Amino acid sequence: MINFWNRLKRANRPACVSLVLLLLLYLAALLADFIAPYPYDSQFREYSLCPPTRIHFFDRDGRFHWRPFVYRIAIVNPALKEYQEDFSTRYEIMFFPSGGRRLFGVAPEGKIFLFGTDLHGRDVFSRVLHGARISLSIGLIGVSISFFLGLLIGGISGYIGGRLDTVLMRLVEIIMTFPGFYLLLALRAAFKPNISSLQLYLLIVVIMSLIGWASLARVIRGMVLSLKEEEFVMASRALGLSSFRIITRHILPNTFSYTITALTLSIPGYILGESTLSLLGLGIQEPYPSWGNMLSICVGNLRILTGAPWMLIPGGCIFLTVICFNFLGDGLRDVLDPKNW
Amino acid sequence: MQFIPLLLGMTLLSFLIIHLAPGDYFTQLKMNPQISPETIAAMEKNFGLDKPVMVQYFYWLKNILTLNLGESFAYHVPNAFLIRQRLLNTISLSVFSITLTWLVAIPLGIYAAQKNGRWQETLLSSLAYVGISLPSFFLAMLLVFFAARTLVLPVGGTTSIFWKQASLWQKFIDYLHHLLLPGLALTLAGTGSLYRLMKNNFLEALGSPYILTAHAKGLPRFVVLYKHALRNAINPMITIFGYELSSILSGAALVEIITNWPGMGRLILDAVLSQDLYLVMASLLIGGFLLVAGNLIADILLVIADPRIRLK
Repeated sequence: MINFWNRLKRANRPACVSLVLLLLLYLAALLADFIAPYPYDSQFREYSLCPPTRIHFFDRDGRFHWRPFVYRIAIVNPALKEYQEDFSTRYEIMFFPSGGRRLFGVAPEGKIFLFGTDLHGRDVFSRVLHGARISLSIGLIGVSISFFLGLLIGGISGYIGGRLDTVLMRLVEIIMTFPGFYLLLALRAAFKPNISSLQLYLLIVVIMSLIGWASLARVIRGMVLSLKEEEFVMASRALGLSSFRIITRHILPNTFSYTITALTLSIPGYILGESTLSLLGLGIQEPYPSWGNMLSICVGNLRILTGAPWMLIPGGCIFLTVICFNFLGDGLRDVLDPKNW
Repeated sequence: MQFIPLLLGMTLLSFLIIHLAPGDYFTQLKMNPQISPETIAAMEKNFGLDKPVMVQYFYWLKNILTLNLGESFAYHVPNAFLIRQRLLNTISLSVFSITLTWLVAIPLGIYAAQKNGRWQETLLSSLAYVGISLPSFFLAMLLVFFAARTLVLPVGGTTSIFWKQASLWQKFIDYLHHLLLPGLALTLAGTGSLYRLMKNNFLEALGSPYILTAHAKGLPRFVVLYKHALRNAINPMITIFGYELSSILSGAALVEIITNWPGMGRLILDAVLSQDLYLVMASLLIGGFLLVAGNLIADILLVIADPRIRLK
C-alpha cells in the first residue's frame, strides 16, 4: 500500500492530490449528518434565495475576534428577495453545538448559510453534503455492476468464441450505435415516471449499468483473445480446470491493470449520468437532494440563474469530483502500466 | 454489407426497450385520457397492438420502412413531422460545433506538440483538462448565466421576433446568432479531448524515423511539419471522429435542453416526460441512424485522406 502510494507520488503528483481530495469528499458524504449545520429538508421560508452568509473575524469597529462570527441576516425586500447584514446583532460560530451532534452552527436565532439557500429557504451547503451521498455512491455502485457484467461477458465471449461470441459482440455493437444520452432517456421512459426514491435509485444504477458494460466487454474480449493463447492457459487446461475457472481465476486477473484504470476513468460517466437524469427531473426526486436535481432549478429559469448564482455550486462539486477521478485515472495508468516500471 | 443486420438490430432493440418494460403497455394507452379512441383504433390496426409483442415488432418495422413513425399522443401530429422539424436543428448544431471544434483543436494540438514541455503546452494542456472534466450541461449553464448577465447572446429558440419580415440573408444571420450559444457550449466541451489526441498523435509522428529522414535530406521545416507529420497525425483523428460522434450527439441533446434550442434532445425529453412512447422509440432510432450515418461519413473521409486504404 505504501509502495503503491510512493509510486503514485513519483509518477503523478496531481493524482495524489486528487486521491486525497476524493477521500475527503467521500468522508464528508459519509459524515453529512454531522458536518451539515441543518437537515437537508428543513425549510426557512423567510430566507428564500438568501446569498451565502459572510463569516467575519473583524467587526464594524475593526476589532479582531478570535472566534469567527456572522451577523444577523435582515430582510430588506421580501418580494425581491433582497437581504442585508444587520450589524447590530452578532452570532458567534460554535463548534459541536447541541451536545456535539453537529460540527458547527450558530445560536438558533441566527442563521449560517455557507452556500446560501434555495427557493424554499433550504441550506444549500447541507443539501450539497447530503446530495454527495447519492451522487458519489451511485458512481461506485454503477461501475461495480457494469464492470462485473463487462468482465464476465467479455471473458466468456473471448474465451469460448464461436457463435456465442458473434451474438454477444453484435449485441455490443448495437448498444454502442445509439448515442448514450438517447439510450439513457429511452430506458428511463420504459419505466413508470413516479416510483419510490429507493426504487428510482436502483433503477438509475441498473439503467446505467445496462449501457455501460458494452464498451468494456469489447475491450476485455480483445485482451482475452490474445491471452488465451499463452502457455499458462494451456497449462491450466491440461490440468483439467473448467472454462469458467480458467476465465475468472487465470485470464481476467491478467487484464486488471487495464481494468482498474478504465474503472476509475469511467466513474465520472456514472456520476454525470445520474446528475443528468436528476437534472431533467427523471432521477432522484425532491425533497431528497442530489447534485443533479439541485441544479434543475437553473434550467430555463434565467431569473434564478442570474439572481442566485450560488445555485450553481452543486455543478462545481460535480466538476471537482470528475476532474479528481480523471487525474487519479491518469495517475493509475502511469503506475500500473508495466512499461513504466 | 454489414449495415443491414446492424440497422435491423437497432430497430429491434429500440422496440424491445419500450415493450419489454414491466406493465401492460396497451392497457395504459387505452386508459390515457389524452388519446382519442379513434387514434387507438387506427394504431391498433396499423401497429397490431392487440397482437403478441414479436408480431407487433414486424408491424412496427413495416411502418418504419414506409416512414410511418406513428402518431404522437401528446401533440396529435405524425411523429415523422415532429422529428423532421427538430432533426434539422440538431444536425445544424452538431455540424456547427464539430466544425468549430476541429478548427480550434487541431491547430492548437499542432502548436502544443511543437512547444512540448514549455509553458505554452502546459497552459493549453491544463485548460484542456478542465474542458474535459467540465460536464457539458454545466458548461451550458455557465454560458447561459454569462449570456443572461451580459445580454451579448440570445438565449433560447432559433429566431428573433422580426423573423417574419426578415430577408433570407437576415434570417440566416439570425439563425446563426441563436446557434452561437449552444454551439459554443458544445464546442468548448469537445475541444479538450480532441486537442489532447491531436497533440499526442503529432508528437508521435514527430518522433518517427521518417521525420528524421526528411530533416536529414534537407527539406524545409514547413514541408516536414505540414506535409509529412501532419498527414500521418491526422489519419487516426478521422477514425476517432466516428467514436466522438456518439458523445457529440449526446452532448448536443443535453445542451439543447439547457439552452432551450428546439432539437431532438428537447423532443425526446418531452416524449419521455409525457410517456409518448412511440415518439421515444422513433427518436431513439433516429439518434442511432445519425450515428451510423456519421460513422459512414468518417469512413469515406478516411479513404480520401489515407491512400493506403484506397490501394487495398
